[in-house]
Amino acid sequence: MSTLSERILNAPAGVYVDRNVDRAFACDGTGMLALEAWKNMGARHLAGDTEFSIFFDHIAPANNSAAATLQHELREFAKSSFMNFSDVGGGICHQLMGEGNALPGEIIIGADSHSVTLGAFGAFATGVGATDMAAIWLTGETWLRVPETIALRLEGRFAGAAEAKDLALAYVGELGTDGATYQALEFIGDAVKDLSIDERMVLSNLSVEAGAKAGLFYADDVTVRYLRERGHTVKPQIPESCTYSRELEFDLSDIIPLVAVPHRVDTVKPVDELAGLPLDQVFIGTCTNGRYSDLARLARIVKGKKVAVRTIVVPASASVLLQATRTGVLADIVEAGCTVGTPGCGPCLGAHMGVLGEDEVCLSTANRNFKNRMGIGGEIYLSSVATAASSALAGEITAPEVA
Amino acid sequence: MKGAGRAICLPADIDTDVVIAGRYLRTKDKSIWASHVFEDLDPSLARRLKGAVIVAGKNFGCGSSREQAAIAIREAGAVAVIAPTFARIFFRNAINVGLPLIEADIACDEGSQITFNLAQGIVEVSGKRHTVKTLSPRMQDILKAGGLVEYWRKRK
Repeated sequence: MSTLSERILNAPAGVYVDRNVDRAFACDGTGMLALEAWKNMGARHLAGDTEFSIFFDHIAPANNSAAATLQHELREFAKSSFMNFSDVGGGICHQLMGEGNALPGEIIIGADSHSVTLGAFGAFATGVGATDMAAIWLTGETWLRVPETIALRLEGRFAGAAEAKDLALAYVGELGTDGATYQALEFIGDAVKDLSIDERMVLSNLSVEAGAKAGLFYADDVTVRYLRERGHTVKPQIPESCTYSRELEFDLSDIIPLVAVPHRVDTVKPVDELAGLPLDQVFIGTCTNGRYSDLARLARIVKGKKVAVRTIVVPASASVLLQATRTGVLADIVEAGCTVGTPGCGPCLGAHMGVLGEDEVCLSTANRNFKNRMGIGGEIYLSSVATAASSALAGEITAPEVA
Repeated sequence: MKGAGRAICLPADIDTDVVIAGRYLRTKDKSIWASHVFEDLDPSLARRLKGAVIVAGKNFGCGSSREQAAIAIREAGAVAVIAPTFARIFFRNAINVGLPLIEADIACDEGSQITFNLAQGIVEVSGKRHTVKTLSPRMQDILKAGGLVEYWRKRK
């Protein structure tokens, strides 16, 4: 009787294993260091069976000529080595992998901490650094310690304006930033069947903010349907009874809109306690909340109104942007006074397209509010899309409308 | 693997943005990372890390997967990092770039002399001996090789 991590890694918790990696990906930032490490290993060819990808998302387009030169080298390598390559504007690695390139039961390693996002599909997905990625390019394998698992049992349905992001902030707040270190999270319970893939990706995405190695959902009918629409026939994963190191319960109907205050993701407060806090910028996007459903929610709230503060919207991928263009969601957002950036990670890591000035305050739908992350002296508050949208209209932190 | 250095005390939950800020990532020049390491925490730290053993609180290295964080600490001359727990990606990155990590909950006394023996799992602080967790055999092998690049170069 095994947890999903134990089943996929085919060994009990605590054991060190070497495993073939089904899919491995890096981005512009980690890829350039991985390339250097790979060359220094004396490598000439990529390993055989793994599907390798490189996504330009962190600083794409390049913000200066130094970044452009580094990206040029990585781009040429990606093309000449026949890796899958997504250039400027394609979108965020986790989103693009999630658009039909992550399947239940796979071992997926990304050179980015938010690779845990793909646990939403019943894959064992985790992040590594650049040199580990280089070793996977070389061998197609990596070593892993099979993690213990904390279960998050979800019951009920969201009520009012609460959404998956609020639940994610709630569980990070409860676990703390290291509450799941070296362990995996498993999302179980009756509420899961009502969660869309987008909502699952939000919940898996934040698992690393509690220190988790992975955040997994069992593939079910929702997963099967989503992947069928993208050309894949997969089977659901049936949970077995298993041993969890800890179990936490959340009734979704108890979840209220929350905000993580600077400079920690686990210091969460009800949005009402922060109402009235003046904002300089609102940012909606990232691997957490830049999907079409997020943009559509934003549009429902701001349509026909005007934002009172600079509001930067960055779609998570080109297909998200395209869908928002076709359905009119994009027009609603732009008419409301928001501006739209190139699909990618955008300002989340403070490199371009929305860097904060000293003492500026940003409400962001991202997943990190570390000190100075979006700019020296800038303060980052994290929230759901609905809270960000309502706050953009008010120019200050505001409880979201029920959309 | 053995080593020694003076203790530099740091708090818990040091994230990788604090180790090396995102604004310094678009280069491959390791000296830039070394000279700006921990800048947003204490700009004087970069100059004081040579020969130091960092003794930090829990969850050291949480956040981003940026390997530059581990490289910056190593390049600035730190000998090792001791903390009760490390964020797992940082843990792998540090070993992969040849920076020894020791999982131990040790009271930090700024400037005290620390010696360690990783294979035996021993840390001595001002002459007082602590038994600590050893690294997994694979991690010890990688560290012994001088990092993951050297580890694989020798095996190719």
